[in-house]
Amino acid sequence: MKQVKYRNSASKILLLGTVFLFSLLNPVLAQEETATPEAVATEAAAAGGDVTKGEALFKSLCAACHKRYKKMTGPALFGVTERRDTEWLYSWIKNSSAMIASGDADAIAIYEEYNKTAMNSFPQLTNTDIDNILAYVMVPKAAPKTPVGTASTAVSPDSGSGVSTNLILLALGLIFLMLVGVLFLVNRTLRNFAAANNIELPEEEHRKPIWQSFVENQFLILVTAIFVLLASGYFVYGYFMQVGVDQGYQPIQPIHYSHKIHAGDNKIECKYCHSSARVSKHSGIPSLNVCMNCHKSISEVAEETATEDYSKAFYDKEIQKLYKAVGWDEGSQSYTGDTEPVKWVRIHNLPDFAYFNHSQHVSVAGVECQKCHGPVEEMEVMYQHAPLTMGWCINCHRETNVKVEGNEYYAKIHEELSKKYGVDKLTAAQMGGLECGKCHY
Amino acid sequence: MLSIVSCKKDSKPNYQYMPNMYESLGYETYGEYNVFGETGQEAQLPAPGSIPRGWMPYDYENSTTGYQLAKDSLKNPIRYTKANQESGKELYNIYCAICHGEKGDGKGTLVKREKILGVPSYDDIGRAITQGSIYHVMYYGINSMGSYASQTSEHERWQIVQYVQKLKADLEGKTPRVDTGVALSTEVVKVSNETTEENHDNAHH
Repeated sequence: MKQVKYRNSASKILLLGTVFLFSLLNPVLAQEETATPEAVATEAAAAGGDVTKGEALFKSLCAACHKRYKKMTGPALFGVTERRDTEWLYSWIKNSSAMIASGDADAIAIYEEYNKTAMNSFPQLTNTDIDNILAYVMVPKAAPKTPVGTASTAVSPDSGSGVSTNLILLALGLIFLMLVGVLFLVNRTLRNFAAANNIELPEEEHRKPIWQSFVENQFLILVTAIFVLLASGYFVYGYFMQVGVDQGYQPIQPIHYSHKIHAGDNKIECKYCHSSARVSKHSGIPSLNVCMNCHKSISEVAEETATEDYSKAFYDKEIQKLYKAVGWDEGSQSYTGDTEPVKWVRIHNLPDFAYFNHSQHVSVAGVECQKCHGPVEEMEVMYQHAPLTMGWCINCHRETNVKVEGNEYYAKIHEELSKKYGVDKLTAAQMGGLECGKCHY
Repeated sequence: MLSIVSCKKDSKPNYQYMPNMYESLGYETYGEYNVFGETGQEAQLPAPGSIPRGWMPYDYENSTTGYQLAKDSLKNPIRYTKANQESGKELYNIYCAICHGEKGDGKGTLVKREKILGVPSYDDIGRAITQGSIYHVMYYGINSMGSYASQTSEHERWQIVQYVQKLKADLEGKTPRVDTGVALSTEVVKVSNETTEENHDNAHH
């Protein structure tokens, strides 16, 4: 955590520096930036395609395998009209496998180059559609935006407020000191005044110190002793009761995986990654091939994903850690076979003498993951939400009704037991959820 | 007590009474032990050639020809019942809907947020998916889509196939297939839901 913040602040300083530099160059840059889109538009118009229509088509049909400036499953498409003539592209896009079958040399070459991955055919596209896509594809890469306006406005009030609170505190402290000084002076002046006017100030009579009278009073001593014993007993009990309870445990993981981004912002189901929670005792740590289901396409985070605490560069570096562990070579878009295990730190850990089964709770009882694991979709760094003590388990078993709907297995026993207890709905406890042997064996 | 508890560092686990009752003698899932060779990783792949109970071999190879063959000839062995469709829907919404969308139109959350692009709708005529091709793609993955063999069992994948076909029929405005009548005694797949088999070719990353 600390490391992260340090890195972040360093990057902030860098950012501020560049912002300052760029603000000097701003007039020049601004002109350039306004110039480029126009140039692009005219260029595209010359090529004879509608960039916006092309963008929509590209994103829905092509983007699964192609990026404009980066190799993916298929080649990077920027500059494709310079590499091939338009007629060739028309027939290739509409039916690539027919072209390969017909023995077109270029077609066979590209098919071989990309490990014989067949490109889908798109018979639904007209030549105009393809023109639009090509126009979009040929738009040159925009220079990375420097967040001039946002950064300067975002940073300055932050530092400003920090300074002002400190100033206020300092001023208050000074005022307090002055008041003390003034009181002292007033006291002295008054005493001088009294002396000058021959007024005798009443002498303070000597009294027995309070601790002495306390020690002499045996009843008070007894009461105090009892109180001190009770109080320390309370604290010692409290300390002993929290031994072995890891609520709030939040270790630093080898890869900064944010549940907030995955489960919160992108609303990916918990069971997508923790698929074994449905069918087995353990809610498994996903193997890295599950990460790669998405991260094969997502090699860097979007600008909006970065927060104040964690920059885009930081998140991108974490994705690189994944690629290193799984042995994914971004350049050739293939696995190198050179893998290393990611040593995740286990957070939720029941002692060996307690049995817990995920599938029983997730699939049979239909308990939400959040009931025990807390608001995971809001956790940037995962921590243990529940105490995972026996009292906590038992409490839930006493309060929760057994989910019998659509489960024939429970129909008969539910009928018998609910008659025995005289209730409509059985709790997990009445079904035997408090028996020692159910969890301890 | 608060002050004592707050002294505890959250990045370190707490003290335990009698750790020898807490820590398992047997090897724990995902543990690290010397006995497991260089990496010490308890999480191992099954020995080469081992077969999980209920596992059926999948004969179509991971290539363009294999895909074409599966697309033309592979058939769903389960009956198209309401119950199978419901299970398929549940699984689909966990594993597929995030990209393919709950309606199968290729507009899932990740696509709408422009994280992953180019997800086709199931009624895409260029692809013209069939039950065999749906299963084949789930088993091996295709292009940017990864394999889902490590997250689902064979039986579950066929349930998803049924549901995807239903979504495709809905998109095309047709009536989805539903099997009625007596169950055939020669039902091919009797795979238990308990075992999620590993796909040896793809899942070892």
